[in-house]
Amino acid sequence: MSELLRIDALDVAYASRKGLSPALRGVSFALGAEKVGIVGESGSGKSTTGRAILRLLPRAAKMTAKTLTFQEVDLAAASEREMRRIRGARISMILQDPKYALNPLKTVGAQITESWKIHHPATSRAELRDRALDMLEKVKIRNPSRVHDLFPHEVSGGMGQRVMIAMMMVPEPRLIIADEPTSALDVTVRRSVLDTLAELVEERGAGLIFISHDLPLVARFCDRIVVMYAGRIVEEIAASDLKDACHPYTQGLLASLPPLDRQLERLSVPVRDPAWLTGPVYRNGAAA
Amino acid sequence: MTALATRDLSVVFGRGAEAMRAVSSVSIEVPRGAAFGLIGESGSGKSTVLRAVSGLNLSYTGSVTIDGAEAERPRGLAFFRRVQMVFQDPYGSLHPRKLVRDALLEPLRIHRIPDGEQRMAEVLDAVDLPREFAYRFPHQLSGGQRQRVAIARCLILEPEILLLDEPTSALDVSVQAGVLNLLKRLQEERGLTYLMVSHDLAVVTHICSDVAVMTNGEIVETLPADDIRNGAARHSYARELLTSARSVGAL
Repeated sequence: MSELLRIDALDVAYASRKGLSPALRGVSFALGAEKVGIVGESGSGKSTTGRAILRLLPRAAKMTAKTLTFQEVDLAAASEREMRRIRGARISMILQDPKYALNPLKTVGAQITESWKIHHPATSRAELRDRALDMLEKVKIRNPSRVHDLFPHEVSGGMGQRVMIAMMMVPEPRLIIADEPTSALDVTVRRSVLDTLAELVEERGAGLIFISHDLPLVARFCDRIVVMYAGRIVEEIAASDLKDACHPYTQGLLASLPPLDRQLERLSVPVRDPAWLTGPVYRNGAAA
Repeated sequence: MTALATRDLSVVFGRGAEAMRAVSSVSIEVPRGAAFGLIGESGSGKSTVLRAVSGLNLSYTGSVTIDGAEAERPRGLAFFRRVQMVFQDPYGSLHPRKLVRDALLEPLRIHRIPDGEQRMAEVLDAVDLPREFAYRFPHQLSGGQRQRVAIARCLILEPEILLLDEPTSALDVSVQAGVLNLLKRLQEERGLTYLMVSHDLAVVTHICSDVAVMTNGEIVETLPADDIRNGAARHSYARELLTSARSVGAL
């Protein structure tokens, strides 16, 4: 499997009155044409990791990395101009809530082709429409020509998320960063949206970074799981081995979920250990 | 003995050709000391039921009874003395410029109940928060701590019934576990009656003994939590919901 992305010792810190407060501390992982889930609680740095890859961090953030390369491009050193050619075309991002992430004043069709137009300005109108319709069909929207002309408020949450997926897939990116793409969706819709996303990613041989707080969902959907705690990766494990996770934090997260198949009197509440801030990192079941 | 019941509860938004039936003839009975869950997807009407029961939306038809007596419209102090509500988002349900102390004492002032300090100390203990937290502002608390304050604010009136609107869906799982444990313990210790709305099947079955599945404003099936665990739903939509929750949820 050829490597798409390599991150080594990525640090991000925000300047504050008390000096620098770290948001990411030595994040390292690599990714090929596979689905990797990043799991953690709010504030663990999972979204910051996704944004750092695209260099979309706020100005106040200071980012350093030993390595941050995507297909031979050094993302850490790339100019803003180079980054603009990468964002959307080669690495794209799917956001959480279609209600806020879609432009309310543009039709579905216009939004889907917007990024294509930016990267291929000479495309004819007819071709743009064909591309949009084709993409809508690929994300399994039943009546593409009708949906093409709708505005975002006229489509449901599930359909909105499919539109966003279509929009991000049109320029055929090699890496997709999906930040909580299904958290705003109902359970019955969630599954089919995920299946669509997985199908497209696999068909194109692209890589996917799936950011979520939902450990069971990630375990079902991804090949590998990266668990983050307080800005650090504490465990990296194959999704199928999640049950044998080694880090006490991963184990604690798993044990705190209310089970669906049996009645428990009390749920276990993870007790946070200050040692996790600097303690061992487990990769594939062994301390590294 | 039925603590809380609705009979043929219906809510219609809009009128004429625009009318949308958000809740249709919902009848539920929650025995004293029991926990009853309403589960459904967005738009199923589950929260609308709760808002009608609590009196936040009074334009409903049908009846809402507490201990067999029809709840007055608008709801009066006597109703809120017995029925309190915990909201979904603890970031939105606490006044940002009021100390925890003021948030907790306000219901007592409204109900003209004395011994504020004593009661405040008791409810803070009951929700496992240090007493010094009375002098904090909401922004100095984590999400889980805020939700504990919201629960304490309900408990300070010593109500019999708590209406819980997605009480943990804004929280991380590790924090959720603590709040769920708290809700369970309070129910056992104080014999509280719960009506809980959630979209999370695992959370509902953890707290509730009976669960009603809602879709399109109607209850399509009511079943014991054990049947949900065994996947023993009869109605086709209820089965679909159980299957999807399993396929994306449990390991």
